[in-house]
Amino acid sequence: MIVIDTANHIAALAAKMAKPAVIAAYPITPQTTIVERLAQYVEKGELKAEFIRVESEHSAMAACIGAAATGVRTFTATSSHGLLLMHEMLHWAGLARLPIVMVNVNRALGPGWNIWSDLNDSLAQRDTGWLQFYASSNQEVFDNIIQAYKIAENSDVMLPAMIAYDGFILSHTSMPVEVPSQQEIDAFLPPFKPSWTLDIENPITHGNIVPPEPYMEIRYSMHQAMENAKKIIEEVGEEFGRKFGREYGLVEEYRCEDADYVIVTMAALAAEARVAVDELRSKGEKAGLLKLRTFRPFPHEYLKYDKMIVIDRDISPGLGGIVYNEIKAGGKEVYGFIAGLGGVDVSYKDIERIYELAKEGKEGWYPTEVK
Amino acid sequence: MNVKTAISIPTEGAMGKTGTWRVFRPVIDTSKCIKCWRCWIFCPDAAISRNEYPSIDYEYCKGCGICSNVCPVKAIEMRREEK
Repeated sequence: MIVIDTANHIAALAAKMAKPAVIAAYPITPQTTIVERLAQYVEKGELKAEFIRVESEHSAMAACIGAAATGVRTFTATSSHGLLLMHEMLHWAGLARLPIVMVNVNRALGPGWNIWSDLNDSLAQRDTGWLQFYASSNQEVFDNIIQAYKIAENSDVMLPAMIAYDGFILSHTSMPVEVPSQQEIDAFLPPFKPSWTLDIENPITHGNIVPPEPYMEIRYSMHQAMENAKKIIEEVGEEFGRKFGREYGLVEEYRCEDADYVIVTMAALAAEARVAVDELRSKGEKAGLLKLRTFRPFPHEYLKYDKMIVIDRDISPGLGGIVYNEIKAGGKEVYGFIAGLGGVDVSYKDIERIYELAKEGKEGWYPTEVK
Repeated sequence: MNVKTAISIPTEGAMGKTGTWRVFRPVIDTSKCIKCWRCWIFCPDAAISRNEYPSIDYEYCKGCGICSNVCPVKAIEMRREEK
């Protein structure tokens, strides 16, 4: 069935079809319509879930942690400052190895108060042990949420997963989305089997004091789970492709085979970059695009191109573009551009211009300061 | 389980003899005790058990004083440990 709707409503629909038992969420622009729609599903009896209304995002994540610890599937959604308020609990969910699935609608951080797209909110959570997926279309939002449950709940992974997409550019924009039947989703995504649960019949303490050596083992196990996730993400993406006709991996490569320069970016910018690649190709430029679908785990093994142009809709002040710096550590010829912060429009024409500037050996803040 | 996370099975004395942490010792005056069992309910370390009167396990009682605080008839006195 084709559904034409905004990414937020599509996210709510995907969450509903994954059948979470508990949803705890706090509304924040531009995520609000996800929470409203889910509350509506529960109120109408279309989704048999406990909807916990909480006083903050910190509580929302804490409630999801408590619920997931009893062995049930959970969902929440947030954005920007809401995500930052969760930060402590994000680490907790990761170290507790609870496969909570959350949507983060990317929005800039204040001050100055700004509700438009910017990836700094979710990228700032990179070390919390959450898998991070970035979507470039409403279809990917739907597909990523369904797959995220299957990946996060895999016994070799058992890590929480964050599905990120741009505020307004996706969240409030309607696009056609192919939605499988509930039966097909159920066949793809069986009920959650937890690795540990809180059970009053067999009491355990979770989050007890842990001496240094076992603590390091816990961290190592978590890092290994992220490494395992690379394989699982590809396997699940392939199975999804077989069943639904849209295959997924850690990255999406477009016209990269013979490319002189490969543009590396993610989220909505990647959709725009795809158009730019076609335009550049029609002008005789050998351009390619490598879209990062996952930021954690980071797909280093695919960033093998000699010349790459990285466009970051984020900034680590005092270092530079976050994605750029993770890639540059690999020692390749990489040109970094900061663009589109706080929702500044970056069209395919801007990306063509960025390509030309990189060919001249330039990089920097586009268009503020490029040299 | 493939997953390593912080889980412990509750056992007596999992954290060692926590009674050594104690600075003040709760002492029950059975002549005042009305057996309401509030001390038994509130003890965070389950160091009070129900016998004829509440009895305190000094091996594990940390001396937090909650029992003394919740006692409605002030039958539990907190006395400084002498060492």
